[in-house]
Formats: sequence, C-alpha cells, structure tokens
Amino acid sequence: MSVLTILDPFQVLHIPLGEWVEASLNYLVDNFRGVFRAVRWPIDQVLDGIEGLLQSVPPTIGILLGSLLGWQVAGRRMGLFCAFTLILLGLIGVWSESMTTLSLVLTAVFFCGLFGVPLGILCARHDRLEQMVRPVLDAMQTLPAFVYLVPVVMLFGIGNVPGVLVTIVFALPPLVRLTNLGIRQVPADKIEAARAFGCTPGQMLRRVQLPLATQTIMAGLNQTLMLSLSMVVIASMISVGGLGQMVLRGIGRLDMGLATVGGLGLVMLAIFLDRLTQAMGERSAIAGDHRRWFQKGPLGLCLRLFGIGKLQATPNV
Amino acid sequence: MGMDDEILSVKNIFKVFGSQPEEAMRMLDSGKNKDDVFRETGQVVGVFDASFSVRKGEIFVIMGLSGSGKSTMVRLFNRLIEPTSGSIYLNGNEITGLTDKELLTVRRKDMSMVFQSFALMPHMTVLDNAAFGLEVSSVGEAERYRRAREALEQVGLAGHEYSYPHQLSGGMQQRVGLARALANDPSILLMDEAFSALDPLIRTEMQDELIRLQAEQQRTIIFISHDLDEAIRIGHRIAIMEGGRVVQVGTPQEILNNPASDYVEAFFKSVDSSRGLRAGDVARFESDIVIHRSSTDSRVDGHSIPYAYLTDDDRHLLGLLDSSGVAQGESPREIAPAELSVVAFDTPLHDVLDLAASVPYPLPVLTREGTLHGTITKDSILKSLSRH
Repeated sequence: MSVLTILDPFQVLHIPLGEWVEASLNYLVDNFRGVFRAVRWPIDQVLDGIEGLLQSVPPTIGILLGSLLGWQVAGRRMGLFCAFTLILLGLIGVWSESMTTLSLVLTAVFFCGLFGVPLGILCARHDRLEQMVRPVLDAMQTLPAFVYLVPVVMLFGIGNVPGVLVTIVFALPPLVRLTNLGIRQVPADKIEAARAFGCTPGQMLRRVQLPLATQTIMAGLNQTLMLSLSMVVIASMISVGGLGQMVLRGIGRLDMGLATVGGLGLVMLAIFLDRLTQAMGERSAIAGDHRRWFQKGPLGLCLRLFGIGKLQATPNV
Repeated sequence: MGMDDEILSVKNIFKVFGSQPEEAMRMLDSGKNKDDVFRETGQVVGVFDASFSVRKGEIFVIMGLSGSGKSTMVRLFNRLIEPTSGSIYLNGNEITGLTDKELLTVRRKDMSMVFQSFALMPHMTVLDNAAFGLEVSSVGEAERYRRAREALEQVGLAGHEYSYPHQLSGGMQQRVGLARALANDPSILLMDEAFSALDPLIRTEMQDELIRLQAEQQRTIIFISHDLDEAIRIGHRIAIMEGGRVVQVGTPQEILNNPASDYVEAFFKSVDSSRGLRAGDVARFESDIVIHRSSTDSRVDGHSIPYAYLTDDDRHLLGLLDSSGVAQGESPREIAPAELSVVAFDTPLHDVLDLAASVPYPLPVLTREGTLHGTITKDSILKSLSRH
C-alpha cells in the first residue's frame, strides 16, 4: 500500500515483535504446559510448608517467638521493637493476612537465595558470565511487572505460586549483584595470602571469600526482601492472597479504610523484616564482644541457666 | 659451598607482565632493555634474567627500591606469579613444572609467606589465623591448634589466642602473620617487606626476634626489603636488584667492600657513621658463648666455640676460656679478667674500633656494676654502623 522511502522507511520496514511473542507464547502454552506445571511443584511445596507453619502458630506465640528472634539477633531493644510491630499487626486486625504475605515473601526469598547466591559467586569468578548476566538483571528489574504478569498467568495459571514466581523475577537481581560485588571486593592481599598457604578454589570460597563478603551479601538479601514486599500488591492482581489483596480490594471498592489497613500492615511487616536482616548483616561487625552468637540473648540465657554456656566461653585476655 | 646445601636456586628467570610476553621475550633476546620493550610493546619486564641460589639455613635478603622487581621475585618462588621463562629448583626439584596439585603441596609444606600488609583474616581469631595454613592442609583440629599455640608462643603472643586481629597493634598483627607462617613448619619462610609497615622501634624489635628465631630453628628465610639497614642487619647474604635485574649477590661485607656497580655503591654510601654510638649500644649478649661457672662441668664441652666467657650467676666476669688452639692439639686455657681487654659500656664506639680489630676474641663489654653486658666483634660493629 505504501512505498519504501528514505525519509520514513518504517512505513514498510518493521519487526512484528508483538506477533512473534504471542505466537511463541501460544506455542509454549500448547506444548510445554507439563514443564511449567512441574516448575510449580517445588515452589508449591515450600510455600505450603511455610504458610502452614506460620498460620498454625497462634498470634501470641508468634509475637513471642518473633521478639525472641529479634533479641537473639540484635539485642534487647530489637526484641522490644519486634514485639511492638508484631502486636500492632495483630491490633489492626491483619495477623492472618500478614502471615500469608510473610510466607509468600519468605518463599520468594528462599528461592532467590537458592539461585541468586550461587549465580553471584559464578559471576564474581567469570567476567564473561557477569557481562552476559548483567543486562538480564537490568531487564528483570526495569521491565514493568504487568508485562510478564500475563504470560506468567498463561503458563502457570493464577494463585500464590505464580505470584511467588513473579516476585522472584523482580527481587532476584540485587542479591546476585551484591553477592558478586561482595566477593569481588574481598581485599586482594587476603586472597593472595590464602593462595600462598595453598587454598584450593573451594577452600578460598568457604574460608575467605564468603565470610568476608557476608555483610554485602546480607545487604543484598535485605534488598531482595524489601523488593519482594513491594511486589506483593502487584502480585495480588493475579489473585495472590494476603495484605496485597486487601490493598487491591480497598482501591477497587474505593474503601480507603481497607486499603490503608493493608498498606500499613505491609509497612509494619517491611520494617520488622528490614531491621531484622540488617541486624543479621551487622552482627559480625560489632567490635569488642567476643561471645559467639549462641552465647548471647535468650539462647545464651538458657545455656547459662543450664550451665552449658560455661564450657564454650572463651577465656579472653 | 657445594650444591647440596642449596635449598632454592633460580636459573635465568624472566617475568614479563602484559598480553604478549613472547614478543617482549624476543626483544630481550635480541639485546633490547626493559625501557625499550616498554616503549615499543607496552609490556612491563618485572624480572630480567635472574639467576642465584639460596643456601639452607641462611637469611637471604633480596633488596631493591620499589619497582626493582623484588616483590615479583618472591612471588615467583611459590608461583603466586608464573614466570615467563626460566626455572626454579627447590631441593633440586623443578617448581616451575609442577602441576596445580603438586604446587599446593609446595605451598602448604615447603614455603610459607609473611606479607607487608599482614593479610590476616579479620573474621578469625588470632588462634584460627595462626592455624589457617594447617586448616587448609586438612590437619586435624587438636593437632592444628596445638601447633598454632606453639607458634604463637614462639612469637610471644601466648594469651592473645582469642583476640581478633583488629584488636592488636601493627607489631602484634605481624607476629600473628609470622606465627601463621611458622605453624606450617615450612623449610623456607618468604617474607615480603614483612616489617616495612611497622614503626622503627617495633621494626628493630621484630628484626631481633627474627634473628633469634632463625638462630634457634636454622630455617631458611628469604626476606624482601627496600631498607639497606634492615638488609645488612639481618641478612647473611644480600641480593641487590635494580630494574628487574639482580646486580649483585654477596655477604654485606663483600658488597660493602666490593660494590659491583655505581648503583650499588651509591646505595651503600649512606652507610658510614659511628657518631654518638657507645660500645654498649652495639654489644650483643649471645648466650651460647657465655658459660655459668656453677654449671661449668656440664657445659664446658663447648670446645667447638673458640672463645667462651665464664661468669657467675650474677653475670660477673670470671674469665675467658680460650679453646682456639684445640684444633692444633693444645688444651683449652683460661684467661683471667685482668689479662683481658675489657670495654666499659659508655666507651664511644670510635675508640673501640682499633681494639676490636686487634684482639682475636669478642670484646667483653661491662656495665658500670662490672657485670657482662655483651660482646663486640668486628662483624657486629660493621652491622651496627650500617644501622645508624
């Protein structure tokens, strides 16, 4: 209908990218449904396990355990802070939804850790791989979630499991990036010393690189956790339950109360998880305290009560 | 010196840093120098045709200014850096051809390294740091900690086992570094500017410590340094490097008397001053030439030592046991203090030079109280002159 001209060649020339995507997606759906069903399975198992556990614990016990965890990880003040946020979640009436969201987030973080940390380690060792992975990570972080929401639904259906998948896609990159960065930032003289004493690459990784990169990796884990939480509302569009659903329903019905309660619940949960993981990352950096982690906090208290802690105490200075 | 007491020998080693070492090697073969190679190909020649050997049980110092290739050289020994060409032999076995696995064994058993930056693991306690080399070699926990504790004790760090490196001063951190290397019980200790990051007082202290440890264990030590005073002080032999080349190898005295080039001579120019030194500053108390009278019977078998001083328990000088004629069949004879040339602690070193040269025995230096402070030899004067 139109002729090829130099000034506007795109009247004629164009790549039918959209059609290709649609065609290949249809092909995948028709022929590989089984494969995608199989991918669902492990995620389903982990999610069910975590959610079953979290939902079965009564709120009071949950608050108690959460606070003890905070105390163990970062001292008494952290314990009180955890108790405060968790009690508030209960008081605004979103305990059950919070636990659903928490299990989704934890499942996503679990799989991110499972794939992200090894991928980060590989990237740190092979420059070529890092160059290839980097644009993929960029795409995962910047591609609007709505773009892959539809194909995910077509391939995996709706519900919590595809929701976790979408979350993994969005939350994985910082963990890979920061694991890679953390290992690359281990001072060269430590690496050289380890080599000079005859470390194999595996020993180098376990005894030197990972321990020295822990803080950076934990920062990556913290970011992954935060991004997972921010994905919860979007994921609720494909019928993922929990706090995100409350927000979505509130917006849909113009029920600002419901949306605010859901939103506030998300924020409280985020603060709780953020502080906890940050404290985990910083734990090793505290100077002047030589007790091992199990010699402090409630665990240390129990051990001392039963007189076991003494055996492990280090005779310092 | 025969071949059998050589522990490490280096033959025509070259190291070229860059992407086309072959090209650079061709240019070097055709007689071009390091600067030409860099200008034309951008390749950096780190070590240029180095050949020398290190004897068992000596402190061998490789000395040069920064950029002279000395740090590269020491890393070629344990192949932290791969040589471009040439060979290195450890106890007659070629290291340069080893497989990765054999190389690990060499690094774990034969050579340990001490670093300028200490390079301790910040997440491990002092004890774990000292045991690091053994842990890497899969030595069992009990054995590993026993040897690590022993090594820490040797360097004077007993009691600090459960501290972390950042809680220790620089000098103490380097002692941990030394203990980590000693715990492996290597036949060669590689020390890369090990004391350069320490302040002068601690540095001298560590040098003395190293001399003591070496005297006790007869370990071969290869010490890298940019500091001539340090080299002369601790080195039995010194190799001087300039621009990647080894320009001279010899004892401090040989090099001082007979510098191979203007470069070496200029280096040693600064070594000339005995101002302000007293005899007591130079004297060293060497326990193996001093015999307590009370325990004479058990220790007078020391006829292998030509001269031994006899003291009582308070270190008052009782005489000199002269065994220098034993080889000629004479029996050892005792010389009374009155017949000896004795130097007071405060005597200026200038006035001692002639005396030290004229008597065959090490000059005894007495404190004001009349006790034996130490002895001076021609050798120790030479070393001290270079230091001040």
